[in-house]
Amino acid sequence: MIGDIQVDAQGRRRHFLSTEGMSADTILGILDTAESFISVGEREIKKVPLLRGKTIVNLFFEASTRTRTTFEIAGKRLSADIININTSVSATQKGESLLDTVRNLEAMHTDLFVVRHPLSGAADLIARSVPDHVHVVNAGDGRHAHPTQGLLDMFTIRRYKNDFARLKVAIVGDILHSRVARSQIHALTALGTQEVRVIGPRSLLPAAIERLGVRAFTDLDEGLHGADVIIMLRLQTERMNSALIPGAREYFDLYGLTPRRLRQARPDAIVMHPGPMNRGIEIDSSVADGPQSVILPQVTNGIAVRMAILARLAGATASEPKTP
Amino acid sequence: MTVDIEEALARMTDGLRALAARRPLLIGVLTGGAWVAERLHSRLALSEPLGNLDISFYRDDFSRVGMNPQVKPSHLPIGIDGRHVVLIDDVLHTGRTVRAALNELFDYGRPASIALAVLIERDGRELPIQPDIVGVRMRLAAHEHVKLTGPDPLGIKIMEKTD
Repeated sequence: MIGDIQVDAQGRRRHFLSTEGMSADTILGILDTAESFISVGEREIKKVPLLRGKTIVNLFFEASTRTRTTFEIAGKRLSADIININTSVSATQKGESLLDTVRNLEAMHTDLFVVRHPLSGAADLIARSVPDHVHVVNAGDGRHAHPTQGLLDMFTIRRYKNDFARLKVAIVGDILHSRVARSQIHALTALGTQEVRVIGPRSLLPAAIERLGVRAFTDLDEGLHGADVIIMLRLQTERMNSALIPGAREYFDLYGLTPRRLRQARPDAIVMHPGPMNRGIEIDSSVADGPQSVILPQVTNGIAVRMAILARLAGATASEPKTP
Repeated sequence: MTVDIEEALARMTDGLRALAARRPLLIGVLTGGAWVAERLHSRLALSEPLGNLDISFYRDDFSRVGMNPQVKPSHLPIGIDGRHVVLIDDVLHTGRTVRAALNELFDYGRPASIALAVLIERDGRELPIQPDIVGVRMRLAAHEHVKLTGPDPLGIKIMEKTD
């Protein structure tokens, strides 16, 4: 890919910004490494010395609990030093530009930035501005991408279902606002998934979504029929400027995953949700807590997958220039 | 030089028999060391399960060469606290792999003792690490590199170092 800033001239991965254009080999390589980190998480001492002496800054311009915490745990289990910066306490509130904030943190010898920002392209902008020895991981930018969530979902699917070429995966809900859905679709397609479906009201499906290689459904029962994997998305009420749906009650009636709806899918189908869940809006509690739910394993897997991504980036980097 | 692997394994088996009363846990370093450990485990007909370690997360050249993409999960089937451990590798050269393996083992617990058993002991140590049980000793030039091939059959390959 021309101009792919995620990979350096030697073919080493510098940044992790999007799953778009990522090869199956790259994705599977990261998932394999994550398997080894799962076994580290099951030990008495859940820490390895790989990133000792490295500094990671979690730069979050948008609220997050799960993603920020699992990145923090991932970094700590790799022995890195992690600093959390949230918008509410940051200099941008005082009018400092995004890149000035980053430059200041760089001057403190930060090795890796984990960035979440409400604007699409923010992580990409930072990646283009940092020197060669600094790495950037996109932890969610606007509606664009959330690639580490996409990969941890692939990891979870592979752990339960194995062969992507035989799977029907249904992504349900607010596809329009979902960076998670976009990252999942690119990864699922790269891995050769038999069929990727998106299900939602017409107003929450992007126009021409079929161009990403998915089948679109507006009827939940029809879309769930025979599915092996169901991914429920959060109804992103905070991203909706206008009323795109009549109301939460109607939404649940039409698109909420209930035990009855779930029976349309294969009996061994797994149910996933990237969190945070709106119980009673997109998913019924009895499904969220039921035997087919793998929502909590997704969180545990997120630590191992993020460890694999951080380790992949932070090793064997161009050396930091010495201060004259 | 030619190496008789069966003879080397027999020598190691004899060495390990002396430790049998301590009910040692055999732990092989992936991948070559795990092949050797498996052979020794069946020769000794041990009832204790076999473990293996992938030391990729403990290597001291991580910041130079990066993450080993072929890393495998380590697997220690039972706790090592208070147990006598025999760490098994295919080749002892610089000693850096053994250093990494010792660090990893201590993240699993506190063994009563650790002995080191290697199929091939060669020259070129860079750390104060010596084996307790040796299959065969080899003297090689600094630019030569010895590698165990396997798993079935096991073979020994001597190559010119590339880096």
